[in-house]
Amino acid sequence: MLDRALKGSQGYWGWLVFLLVLMGIGAGCWLYQFFEGLKITGMSRDVSWGLYIGQLTYFVGVAASGVMVVLPCYLHNYKAFGRITILGEFLAVSAIIMCLLFVFVDLGNPVRIMNVILYPTPNSILFWDMIVLNVYMLLNIIIGWNVLAAERKGIHYQKWIKVLIYISIPWAFSIHTVTAFLYAGLPGRHFWLTSIMAARFLSSAFCAGPALLILLCLIVRKVTRFDPGKEQIRTLAGIVTYAMLINVFFFLLELFTAFYSQIPGHMHPIVFLFKGLDGVGNLAPWMWAATVFAVISLILLVVPSTRRNEGTLAVACAVLIAATWIDKGLGLIVAGFTPNPFETVTKYWPTTPEVLITIGVLATGFFVLTVLYKVATSIKTEVAA
Amino acid sequence: MYDGGKIIVGLIIGLGLFLSPFFYNAGKAAKAPAPELTPKAKEAKVCVEPASYMRESHFTLLDEWRHTVVRDGERYYKGSEGKRYYKSLQRTCLECHSNYSKFCLECHNYLDVDPYCWDCHIQPEEKK
Amino acid sequence: MGLDRREFLKIAGMAALFGLGGKAAIDIFAPGELEASMEGIPVSKGKRWAMVIDIRKCLAQQAKDKDGCKQCIIACHRAHNVPDWGDPKIEIKWIWQDSFEHSFPDQHNPYIEEELRHQPVILMCNHCVNPPCVRVCPTQATFKREEDGIVCMDMHRCIGCRFCMAACPYGSRSFNWGNPRKAPKELNPDYPTNRDYPERCKGVVEKCDFCVERIARGELPACVEACDKIKAHALTFGDLADPNSNVRKLLKEHYTIRRKPELGTEPNLFYIV
Repeated sequence: MLDRALKGSQGYWGWLVFLLVLMGIGAGCWLYQFFEGLKITGMSRDVSWGLYIGQLTYFVGVAASGVMVVLPCYLHNYKAFGRITILGEFLAVSAIIMCLLFVFVDLGNPVRIMNVILYPTPNSILFWDMIVLNVYMLLNIIIGWNVLAAERKGIHYQKWIKVLIYISIPWAFSIHTVTAFLYAGLPGRHFWLTSIMAARFLSSAFCAGPALLILLCLIVRKVTRFDPGKEQIRTLAGIVTYAMLINVFFFLLELFTAFYSQIPGHMHPIVFLFKGLDGVGNLAPWMWAATVFAVISLILLVVPSTRRNEGTLAVACAVLIAATWIDKGLGLIVAGFTPNPFETVTKYWPTTPEVLITIGVLATGFFVLTVLYKVATSIKTEVAA
Repeated sequence: MYDGGKIIVGLIIGLGLFLSPFFYNAGKAAKAPAPELTPKAKEAKVCVEPASYMRESHFTLLDEWRHTVVRDGERYYKGSEGKRYYKSLQRTCLECHSNYSKFCLECHNYLDVDPYCWDCHIQPEEKK
Repeated sequence: MGLDRREFLKIAGMAALFGLGGKAAIDIFAPGELEASMEGIPVSKGKRWAMVIDIRKCLAQQAKDKDGCKQCIIACHRAHNVPDWGDPKIEIKWIWQDSFEHSFPDQHNPYIEEELRHQPVILMCNHCVNPPCVRVCPTQATFKREEDGIVCMDMHRCIGCRFCMAACPYGSRSFNWGNPRKAPKELNPDYPTNRDYPERCKGVVEKCDFCVERIARGELPACVEACDKIKAHALTFGDLADPNSNVRKLLKEHYTIRRKPELGTEPNLFYIV
């Protein structure tokens, strides 16, 4: 089946080469980081995680959102999604690859990564995160690949695949819950120490992931002969709308608790994000942009005519992705470390090599995604023909 | 088999590349270096364990030492001869073997191993 | 010689009560013979090491020096080859000073003596009874020694994920953002400052370990020794589990506070205000 990825148009190869160039630049910067240490990044002793871990968090969400097509299809027998489950599963696979790479590039001692397995530590959430992410990736590779292979041969997939599918559904929820637990159980980090963290993560994942999937469906329709379908996109848009409403609602809950209780520790990180604290306010324009994007996306999504129009829906999805990315991929991590344990503020902004490494990892993920989507769409077209 | 010829040629080239280091290095075995002992080490006659064991397994011993010292706080080692040693690379081993380049490095280079002990542990200053 | 570890500790503890060191106890009990059974036994004999920091004594000493006293910091950082990066964003700190206000942010009180508020307080790892850093570490590279409660770092094992830094509510952990050997030469002219002690590689986390290597030899932590040397005696190190110890005596006689006790970490550093 993989041979389908070796035959493609000029545009396909051009895109792959472009991604390879970005991957090469990222790899080069990573080598520089490997030899010089993480001091080449914008992170510091006060803000000791940054862009990398932010992307890990964001893309765990994208990976988990694959369940939003799998669940209606297999649990509710919503047949229409049968057409695009493979797209959701392959999106999950490439998102997890990005997540693992983001953890890897964030390590101070990447050559020792196997220590996590050599010295298994059940009390560490990172240990569990490693397990759930890897298993989820395997599940999606096995399920996606086998279902696609069965479809190519015109047969029904085997029974044991169905078992894996049922396992993969709660597993999707688990990966983002465990990722939220990385943050939500740390004493003294007020912004993260909230029991609604996992729920917030899931809601933002279930809007951002399917929004990305909608955009991918629209691209697939444009560049391949496979049409993911109008009804499918429409249903996804409904899911995105509800999830985004819940996501914004959860965020407002956080605002209420912080500002009605007026406990300084709860208010400070949010003030830092939207206004700045101790003269450091470099994230404020971003957060306000995210707020505007969120409002625009909600208007476009809630109004039926703009939601059903694929042009305005695409805009809604794009701004929604931007809004959730700023919130989760940038603000969440930095605000967790701000103010620091001494209630002072250290500024964080990623450096150029750090951004290039991040882009390199993203390019790797999209490279895998492109190849997998090429295989999937080629086979779907062949079967249909 | 489709493209059988191409596949076979590809396999041969692949195998050739895989074996190239052997062809490249064939017949060029380097002379095994003999670790040089400092006068102090010579005088001591015995190391923590017999020389043959040390030659073959010093890294196992050091690994065990670093583990038990750091993690269990067990700072003394009883050699098979019954003598007690303070488990420390810098304070015990290098006390005698203070000639890093002749005692450690030559052999490590010969075997192409690059232990990261020296990323943190300080080599004794050698008289040039 | 059939002494097991627990028994040995008991004898060593009894000897300590009579003011004898662990080695002396061995000599009294069975000279020579016990020497062999030392193998595999930690030499340090406290059950719960702790420190009492007398801010008043420290401040008195600070006032004497024109630039303030930093003897404990200098001694510690020299003993452990802690480099000076000259950049607060990536600096390594085992023991350091910060203002009272920053050190005890939970003591919100705008009317607290203006004097005290901006005065420096000595800070280091709290060696918590319930350390969040140990809880989150995915490789057990940071761990709590059961026998004496010291929170240790296994720098051979640390993968540099920095989860412990996110978990520590005291900012006590430092990451090697760069290779310490590449720290600016002009700031570290005689680095490494202690050729008996290792350095670190880039990419590992480090912190105060109550000088495990010194207390194993029956010496006091470097900071305490330095403070005693200048006769400031602001730092007292001892066994909290022993009701007659020096630290327990101080805790009985003085009102002490700990940093962020509401987090349930149970710090083993106590401050006399």
